[in-house]
Amino acid sequence: MPTMNMIQALNSALDVVLTEDPDTLIFGEDVGYFGGVFRVTDGLQKKHGLTRCFDAPISEGGIIATAIGMGAFGLRPIPEIQFADYILPAFDQLVSEAARLRYRSNGEFWAPITVRSPYGGGIFGGQTHSQSPEAIFAHITGLKTVIPSNPYDAKGLLIASIEDDDPVIFLEPKRLYNGPFDGRHEQALKTWAGDPMAEVPAGHYTVPLGKAATVREGTEATVLAYGTMVHVALAGIEDSGVDAELIDLRSIVPLDVDAIVASVKKTGRCVILHEASRFGGFGGELSALVQERCFYHLKSAVQRVAGWDTPYPHAFEWDYFPGPARLAAALKRAMED
Amino acid sequence: MTVPETDSTRNSRPLSLRVPEPAGRPGDTPDFSHLKLDVAGAVDRPPVDARPVQMMDLAFRLIRVLDEDGTAVGPWNPRLDADTMRRGLNAMILTRAFDDRMHRAHRQGKTSFYMKCTGEEAIAVAQGMILSREDMGFPTYRQQGLLIARGYPLVDMMNQIYSNASDPIKGRQLPIMYSAKDYGFFTISGNLGTQVPQAVGWAMASAYKGDDKIAIAWTGDGATAEGDFHNALTFAAVYRAPVILNIVNNQWAISSFQGIAGGNETTFASKAIGYGLPALRVDGNDFLAVWAATQWAEERARSNQGATVIELFTYRGAPHSTSDDPGKYRPADEHDKWPLGDPIQRLRQHLTSIGEWDDERHEAALKAAVEQVRQAGRESEAIGTLGQSRPSVKTMFEEVFATPDWRLTEQRGEVGV
Repeated sequence: MPTMNMIQALNSALDVVLTEDPDTLIFGEDVGYFGGVFRVTDGLQKKHGLTRCFDAPISEGGIIATAIGMGAFGLRPIPEIQFADYILPAFDQLVSEAARLRYRSNGEFWAPITVRSPYGGGIFGGQTHSQSPEAIFAHITGLKTVIPSNPYDAKGLLIASIEDDDPVIFLEPKRLYNGPFDGRHEQALKTWAGDPMAEVPAGHYTVPLGKAATVREGTEATVLAYGTMVHVALAGIEDSGVDAELIDLRSIVPLDVDAIVASVKKTGRCVILHEASRFGGFGGELSALVQERCFYHLKSAVQRVAGWDTPYPHAFEWDYFPGPARLAAALKRAMED
Repeated sequence: MTVPETDSTRNSRPLSLRVPEPAGRPGDTPDFSHLKLDVAGAVDRPPVDARPVQMMDLAFRLIRVLDEDGTAVGPWNPRLDADTMRRGLNAMILTRAFDDRMHRAHRQGKTSFYMKCTGEEAIAVAQGMILSREDMGFPTYRQQGLLIARGYPLVDMMNQIYSNASDPIKGRQLPIMYSAKDYGFFTISGNLGTQVPQAVGWAMASAYKGDDKIAIAWTGDGATAEGDFHNALTFAAVYRAPVILNIVNNQWAISSFQGIAGGNETTFASKAIGYGLPALRVDGNDFLAVWAATQWAEERARSNQGATVIELFTYRGAPHSTSDDPGKYRPADEHDKWPLGDPIQRLRQHLTSIGEWDDERHEAALKAAVEQVRQAGRESEAIGTLGQSRPSVKTMFEEVFATPDWRLTEQRGEVGV
């Protein structure tokens, strides 16, 4: 089985759907001839043709609006937004239109679009190349939000997202494009080589939306994470000495609430980890769900380890980034309560 | 050393902010003397394959066919047969009768909201007749004439307005936000301008598939100021999308006159020029001019030569909505003084002048329209008006997604449905 990094796995997913479904097409800024600023669409225009993978004007609102119109026609567009930080000009089209076409037309129209966008920090991206906007989209009824944490899931989840009949925001942790990253930034960079989750089938397969993955089984606490934070969580659990269970949510919406509840009922403790700032972050929703559904099983308060409630800074990258030490400290606190 | 409060060495006068104001406010005599209106027949008709740069002057002229005597003149005369014109006239009459009844229904407390299109009937009716149901229209909330011209059941329109048990969109939307796919009528959104670039995307999809369908979109003058308008024109031009982009300039965006949207600086049609798109500026109250311009744009789109921008110059005769009182911001008799008249009266005059219509037939048509609306009204009101009848509450949770997720299933359970 081929070994792929996340970029190659995403590229393979796009190649598979372009090959299998003539109604799929890719467009966005620099995705065509050049192959994308992160190389995710490399070679696709050459292989599949100019109209299957093409460059768009620098207009996020226009990209998403035209994708919605294409979706309403019957296509399955896969628009790219170069950085999730720049998805906001398209916010009206995503929230007021893509998310609501089906509802407001009683099913006459819908937009099966998959909006791919690199997100997340840990790369010295500063304020506008590091943000994690998943909570903004999780709050929008009618949108699905999917975040992979490894090459295998990235390909399977992307194909599943494209084949899904609802609009999907597909956030790609750019910090994980070339290798797993556990937040130990002072250590040498790793690649995906040798990682079992980097063994990616060449052909078509899917990873279902709405199904979390248990990355590490444990008995003393549950850690909920997604994206880059899955790897950070593994390191933090190791540092803490706590036998924690780690759940990679994979989909924010639809959320695998059953997996979360089953784990927390088993362990009695829950720590939530995400890069996005804490207040109003998706961790708040997770915490509320756990509290509502596992109240009598909880041995300590649910904790949230997250980015600070500041814009994402440049020089203070590692002060902001919720690394393994902060998770380990939270796990220890959870055990002391 | 102290710093002086003002720099006495500068000799410039203070700047001042200009805020455009309309020619008339309540109590003023309406004044349209600033309008430069071409006489009927004065504007040349370029070939359908003209390059935009060769026809830039059309963005500043006004295509008109019907002259003051109701005679169809000039190169844009579409030479329609009398039956087609009578169908158009009847559809306009029916649209106005429908508007009048639903406006009254709001006053009677039968619905929460309504918006008339008085004075603008020629636009949606003519364009709805030219394009087919296979083509997709991306309307605003003021193109009800499109549905009526295409024979969409009035009773279904009313059911939507009353949000009753037979509402085609299950009581989910504000009245008049219709959706009618089979009639080439895209689901209306409350968010202004969003549909214009969506229409471009739909047209791009048709071209991508090698299909023969085209898209048509409408926006008002006010909403051209939205970023989506710019996005739409950019994408339409770049990808040569087979789409007709209409700007219905009815002079008013709620209480703001068109100068607030940039209409004093240039024409709305001329905005197309900067994008490399052809622009037509048309008398929107002249059924035949609207017809001819739309047909020109349709032929251009269908022959893969891309998009056309059409500014339809008209006047919003009615209040913006049932929640609006134009008496507070414009002269009460401004619509009566509108120099381009009324679209129904002008087509009536033309048909009469060629011996294909008369006062008796007109009166009969008015009566028939009122009766048709009354009949639909009875049928719809028998199902129920707002608050008296509604779809099952369980449908509130449907179509959020293709398949409801656990949240929706649980919440539906909480409601007990």
